[in-house]
Amino acid sequence: MFTNFFYTLKNFGIPVSMNEWDSLLDALEAGMGGASLTGFYHLCRALLVKTEAHYDRFDLAFATFFREIETPEGLPDKIWEWLDKELPELEITEEMRRNHRQLDLDELKRMLEERLAEQDGEHHGGNKWVGTGGTSPFGHSGYHPGGIRIGGESMHLSAVKVAGERRFQEFRTDETLGIRQFQTALRRLRHLTTRLDGAKTDLDLDATVDKTCENAGRLELVWERPRENGIKVLLLMDAGGSMVPYSRLCNQLFTAVNKSSHFKDLKIFYFHNCIYDWLFHNSHCRNDEFTDTEYVLKTYSPDYRVIIVGDASMAPSELTRVGGVIEWGQYNDKPGIDWLRRIRHHFEYSVWLNPISKDFWDWTDGAWSINKISEIFPMEELTIDGLDRSISKLRSKHAVKAV
Amino acid sequence: MAKMNYMYNGSSDYIVSEELRNSVNIAIALQKPLLIKGEPGTGKTMLAQSIADSLGKKLIIWNIKSTTKAQEGLYVYDTVQRLYDSQFGDHDVADIKKYIKLGKLGEALNAEEQVVLLIDEIDKADLEFPNDLLWELDQMSFYIPETKETITAKTRPIVIVTSNAEKELPDAFLRRCIFHYIAFPDPKGMEEIIKVHHPRLEKKLLEQAMETFYMLREVPHLQKRPSTSELIDWLQALVVGGISPDKIKEDLPFLGVLLKKNEDLDTLLSGLYNKSQAPGRTYISGSLNRYRQ
Repeated sequence: MFTNFFYTLKNFGIPVSMNEWDSLLDALEAGMGGASLTGFYHLCRALLVKTEAHYDRFDLAFATFFREIETPEGLPDKIWEWLDKELPELEITEEMRRNHRQLDLDELKRMLEERLAEQDGEHHGGNKWVGTGGTSPFGHSGYHPGGIRIGGESMHLSAVKVAGERRFQEFRTDETLGIRQFQTALRRLRHLTTRLDGAKTDLDLDATVDKTCENAGRLELVWERPRENGIKVLLLMDAGGSMVPYSRLCNQLFTAVNKSSHFKDLKIFYFHNCIYDWLFHNSHCRNDEFTDTEYVLKTYSPDYRVIIVGDASMAPSELTRVGGVIEWGQYNDKPGIDWLRRIRHHFEYSVWLNPISKDFWDWTDGAWSINKISEIFPMEELTIDGLDRSISKLRSKHAVKAV
Repeated sequence: MAKMNYMYNGSSDYIVSEELRNSVNIAIALQKPLLIKGEPGTGKTMLAQSIADSLGKKLIIWNIKSTTKAQEGLYVYDTVQRLYDSQFGDHDVADIKKYIKLGKLGEALNAEEQVVLLIDEIDKADLEFPNDLLWELDQMSFYIPETKETITAKTRPIVIVTSNAEKELPDAFLRRCIFHYIAFPDPKGMEEIIKVHHPRLEKKLLEQAMETFYMLREVPHLQKRPSTSELIDWLQALVVGGISPDKIKEDLPFLGVLLKKNEDLDTLLSGLYNKSQAPGRTYISGSLNRYRQ
């Protein structure tokens, strides 16, 4: 009936599954949509959209799909007006606005217009709409929130093939995936220690058995303190211009680390291309908010796990020269590579995560510096697999190479 | 397909938007859990109470903590007590049933009549927690191996799940839920909510307080923006303190009620003083018009 709507939603990046679609059809059969488009809109959204982050995409998809019912000209305005007409008052506009606190209606309309313009272009080619351009600023197949893939490539495939293709991609672990996968990987980064204070609330089974045996079978319970994670993490992120293409991926890692509440301590600093005398407090790398690298080295104990995220691609001078810092108006007394060595020396557990795929490490512009830095830090690519391997390295001292 | 037996229409002490009401009714009719997200203080937890009140059902609350295990929600087998009793007590320990204590979810499934089950702050628990509940929430039944019993819900409870988005929830779990995001109320909706809590509030005071409140929410870089519950407390404080409505925007009295973090107070104050020479006033009046339409 309107199965195409299902694919429209998918093309706009909403992870709808058959289960949910079934529920929707059931609900419609039961007459829950009411007779109005507004009722249908609410029903669809409640059943098919599972995060507020996708509300916007849903609205775009909805408007795009149902435009075909009305005359296509002057479209976005029409859609909103049309939705309005379904209600006695102008309520829907208000409600929609509330759903998009971050985007005001004008912004939304503008985006919709842009999107529709694009979609029309592709439509002429005889393909299905593919929500590459708009949904993700960096286009094709790489990284999508929530691990949903709407690859740019799927354009030429039939709908069935696309669906099939997707199902398999979900299982690939060498792909860069969503926050949850990162979180799951990070969860392995724990080192349980027994606290010195706190109530003894856990039953110590071995000790209980021993004590009870000593008492000739008369039960004696032994309690111990619960163990907690003693891992402390220092996250250093490259916020330089060359990292922009990977910003979504890095954001996901950042969010995952930030939401991993199991670390005892988590400190995050930023740097621009290479680490020098300063570590910045936010990603703008502004000159007035920083901590001396020296201070970090002195203050944080060597048991902090250091995760450096950066493309490690820079001009040789940035890495090896005094005064090689790329930032205008800054000057470094020591070459960046010295700082990197000192960090590696101080923090026994450290890894470098590179968002550039490993296959390209020898080929990109920064091949020389990537090579140099991977001599200092164990370097892994920023994928789930790479993160898994780095976490093994962060767990054991054996993996530390002599510098 | 189940008929719409129960229609939720909000209750006297809880203002519900049309969207939210629709979502609740869809969830009830489709017998799926309703997952509620939204800023802190938008009444996620209150919703379950309101549903229970308006439908005249019992509310069972399962508060999730970081240590909560899915198993605890079903049942706990108190082996230690049984061991103790077997050694010292004159109790009959042959009956394992006595030592099986149903958890909140177990209680909800075992109830004679339909209940409302609130699983509060599900994101607090371990990452795998929601996955461990998939089967039980789908089938609304579980098996107790110790007693070889299967507990099946006589009537499927109405399940409300709240999340503060501290962790991502697994897709498999999300697929089984109806989702609703409670957006922060606009000034008009907010006035209605306040009327429920403070029915006899001076109009001028309310206006001034609301403008100040929405202004504060717009201050950039706040770690915890003031929300509905804070506004309600603040109004209470203003009334009790007998603050004149004209003073509210200038003096920002009882600011600690709205902003709970020291850093936020600092951010606000530095914002106020940096923007203008005359502290506060220009900055505040400049941002007012946005809330008058």
